[in-house]
Amino acid sequence: MPGIIASVVDGVLIGSVYGLAAMGLTLIWGVMNVVNLTHGAAIVAGMFALYLLTSAVGVPPYATLPIILVGSFLVGVVLYWIAVHRLIGRPHLMILLSTFSVNLVVIGLGTAVWGTGLFNVPMSLPGVTWDRYTFSGTHIVAAGLTALIAGSLYLFLYHTRPGKAVRAVANNREAAELSGIPTTRVLSLSFGLGVALAGVAGTLIATMFPFTVLAGDAYQLKSFVVTALGGLGNPAGALAGGVALGLIEGLATQFMPVSWTLVIEFVLFVAVLIVFPRGVFAFRRT
Amino acid sequence: MRTVKIAEVGRAPIFRRPFFWIIALVIVAFVVAPLVGNGVELRESLLLAAVYITLASNLNIMLGFAGYINFGSIVFFGLGGYICIYLISAQGWPLAAAEFAAGVVVSLLAFVFGLGILRLRGAFFALATIGINEAVQAFVSNFEPWGGAAGLYLPTTIFAPLGGPMRALWIIYFLLVAVMGASLYLSFAIKISKFGLGLMAIGQNEDAAVVLGVPAPLYKAIAYSLSAFLPSIAGGLYFFKSAFIQPSDAFDLGLSTEAMVVVMLGGRGTITGAAIGAYLYEELCGWLLTSQTFSNFQLVVSGMLLLIIVLFVPGGLIGWIYSRWPWTKAILE
Amino acid sequence: MRKLYLLAAVAAALIAAPAFAADDDTLTIGMTLSQTGPLNIDSLAQQRGAELWRDEVNDAGGLKVGNKQYKIRFVTYDDQSQGARVQQLYTRLIVQDKAQFLFSPYSSGLCATAAVITEQYGKPMLIAGGSEPKTYALGNKYLVQVLSSADHYLTGSINALESKAPHAKVALVYSDNPFSKAVATAAREQAKESGFSIVLDESYAPSTTDFSPIINKIISGSTDALLGGGYYTDGATLARQIYDQKANLKYISLLVAPDSPEFASLGPAAYGITVPSQWEIQAAYKPQFGPTGPQFVKAFVAKFNAAPDYHSAIGYATGLLLQHAIEQTGSIDPDKVVAALNSMDVTTFFGRFKIATDPGHHGLQIGHEMVLAQWQKKNGQLEREVVWPAAAKTADLLYPLH
Repeated sequence: MPGIIASVVDGVLIGSVYGLAAMGLTLIWGVMNVVNLTHGAAIVAGMFALYLLTSAVGVPPYATLPIILVGSFLVGVVLYWIAVHRLIGRPHLMILLSTFSVNLVVIGLGTAVWGTGLFNVPMSLPGVTWDRYTFSGTHIVAAGLTALIAGSLYLFLYHTRPGKAVRAVANNREAAELSGIPTTRVLSLSFGLGVALAGVAGTLIATMFPFTVLAGDAYQLKSFVVTALGGLGNPAGALAGGVALGLIEGLATQFMPVSWTLVIEFVLFVAVLIVFPRGVFAFRRT
Repeated sequence: MRTVKIAEVGRAPIFRRPFFWIIALVIVAFVVAPLVGNGVELRESLLLAAVYITLASNLNIMLGFAGYINFGSIVFFGLGGYICIYLISAQGWPLAAAEFAAGVVVSLLAFVFGLGILRLRGAFFALATIGINEAVQAFVSNFEPWGGAAGLYLPTTIFAPLGGPMRALWIIYFLLVAVMGASLYLSFAIKISKFGLGLMAIGQNEDAAVVLGVPAPLYKAIAYSLSAFLPSIAGGLYFFKSAFIQPSDAFDLGLSTEAMVVVMLGGRGTITGAAIGAYLYEELCGWLLTSQTFSNFQLVVSGMLLLIIVLFVPGGLIGWIYSRWPWTKAILE
Repeated sequence: MRKLYLLAAVAAALIAAPAFAADDDTLTIGMTLSQTGPLNIDSLAQQRGAELWRDEVNDAGGLKVGNKQYKIRFVTYDDQSQGARVQQLYTRLIVQDKAQFLFSPYSSGLCATAAVITEQYGKPMLIAGGSEPKTYALGNKYLVQVLSSADHYLTGSINALESKAPHAKVALVYSDNPFSKAVATAAREQAKESGFSIVLDESYAPSTTDFSPIINKIISGSTDALLGGGYYTDGATLARQIYDQKANLKYISLLVAPDSPEFASLGPAAYGITVPSQWEIQAAYKPQFGPTGPQFVKAFVAKFNAAPDYHSAIGYATGLLLQHAIEQTGSIDPDKVVAALNSMDVTTFFGRFKIATDPGHHGLQIGHEMVLAQWQKKNGQLEREVVWPAAAKTADLLYPLH
């Protein structure tokens, strides 16, 4: 029994970070109906940014977060103008392929520069021990920071003017335009925000586990699973979906070989997409 | 907007059209070139081109005609490979029977799954196809009768019924060329049929098509299933040649990606585009990779190519040719 | 993804580049190494050993074949740790680069895929980097395995554990790749025969970076000993996370990873971990030809400024044994050389070499023996000591660790 509890708790901790990653994806999706396939690349960029800043420049790991947040945001905005802006309103096929191709370019450059080997950022944080089990300090801190960032996002969306503009555009772009909101600027802001969330999630993941350039694709897939669970355009749902995924992963490992978790995840993903196209936790319509 | 050639339907029978003979010429070229030319080296290169062309032209059925992005199209290739190798190694089936079984099983599975996921539109469908590929890969990695993550090996004796390894490699090559030819003909046949017309209507505006009486769910499922058949057979041949199959190779999403880049590069919805795009792309990658410095840049290059096409030349190579020399539309497809 | 790109490249290059005509005085040996990808640390170590051998032979004038002397030329490609790439590259090595002999890539999986090609074309390949025995049951004629096969890996470790804790609770946790699976299969049988109770028996995906669920299960099972692992990347990560999660195991035996000098960088997480080793610096075999252990180590350190691990020793031994077979037959005819290798029963600094030739195990190495090494503290520094078998040991096994 304690083993199950330990796995569940650990699953929830890690799952919240998955949720953070998915929040970026779902925000962009909700605001401009674009599936951002550079999401994985943004996550990896966050991971490598942590690695470079800590090893080459010597910045303490958690202090890199504000830097990466701002940096990813700017990158996101630029990305919007390069790959997305021209294609808004065109068939979805094209935007999908566009962001997908940017992902290829970024991952390709990353592979060319760093190869596909494993990178690790040494973190030594005391863990919390309970019974015979230890919860890694990095997991706990990551979950805590996730809650902080998610909370800040909530405050931004509901209690600031730009945030409300974002929600207005997500709700109905024409109406927002008509009421004087500069929608193009809002779109680029939202895209930047989405990429920033992905980047920061990547950084937090890198504090917990080692990573490769190709890890982005794996976490991007997890983000899709989470978004499918949590519903589109719904950041709160994304967080809940992430925690749910972490819980499922934690529980599943207790009752079957660990290697089956991926099967469950993807089968769940396809099943949820088919049965609940709006998401299991669809609290509100997009 | 791409124009649909309504006048095509009900015109001359297939073998009176020039394009039919163009395809035949390509097949003959593939067969004859390695026999009179450089032998083994050329054969290896053309085998690859044939695989690319097969994957691309079958992907084109969903992507080009019906407008549905199938990110995970490689699952047909991999599953076909696994079924074929399993039947040969564990059940002792001969190659032909195993290939046939692989093709039938995968197409049936595709039809069934297709009915389920083809209710999804656009991005949802695309993601679902990735989900299916990953689910199948994860499952096969755990499935011991199929070797799990370590994969299945065929003993060297497996080429004996075909006359030994050297002869078998040639036979497999010719079979793959046949599959490639079948893929080109299949796409062509669909394009000039009423079924194809329905697909293209779905690709332009699905809701309007439904209103006009196109049985969209059925057509989509059939298209999805058809697009699975030949790649699964190609997969069986390819992995039989390698005498070895493992999940990470069989279900490599990167291959789907390449197929997609190829279709877009050549010209979405055009058969010539898929073929030329595949060939050109293979040559480009080949050129890139002989240099040590560039061996990791192929992803960057394919990404940039795709981006440029999507942003500036959505019609691809053939689209550009059509716009420049409109008379080619009558000959090429 | 890179695989078909590479395929394309190789294919295009095959048409484009002119075929290389082998010099009369050059012996071309082809191989791939994993310059990139998860196998690169271990592959590089193996390659270095082979290069040291090649340079020593060439510096001494070349291989003596009858009255002639042949310079050795390596043709190498990067397989990026990927199977499909390996097949295309070995085809190129044989068809275009006209390699007369092949050395294997690193890792059982890649060796098996390379073997398909070399057997199709009838070229001899010396297996330096693949220990899985299944490859030798598939009807090959030209494979020669230099290192001990996978089913021997955990034998010594289990015997060592049995001597300290006859009824230990053992967890078998290994990577899902052909090598680790082969090791685990043999280890499972042996563990049961030794009277251990296996409380956990699971494989993990080779790309796993989060081992906390498995480690939780290990802890839940009140496990005494952990056997398993895979290659360097997952092994090192597993070792680190076991330490972070305070699993407090009494005995840990991981494959491959702890044998790399890199492993010391794990610091306290490396302490006490044992590793089945094909060869250690302290090994004191008396060679019938070639350098002694200390001579090999000295030459290696002089050339690469780093100590050799067993992968490097295998790489060197592979070249050395090929050289011996060629010099004995006085010919580079592949059939004669393979026949010579199949009938040799010799000892080098690396240990004994003898090949099985029955159809079910053709090419399998049956003469070589493995040792068990453990990371211990010597004068405050982490170093590897040989702890098993008794005849070879340089220090006592530390048990229990907690």
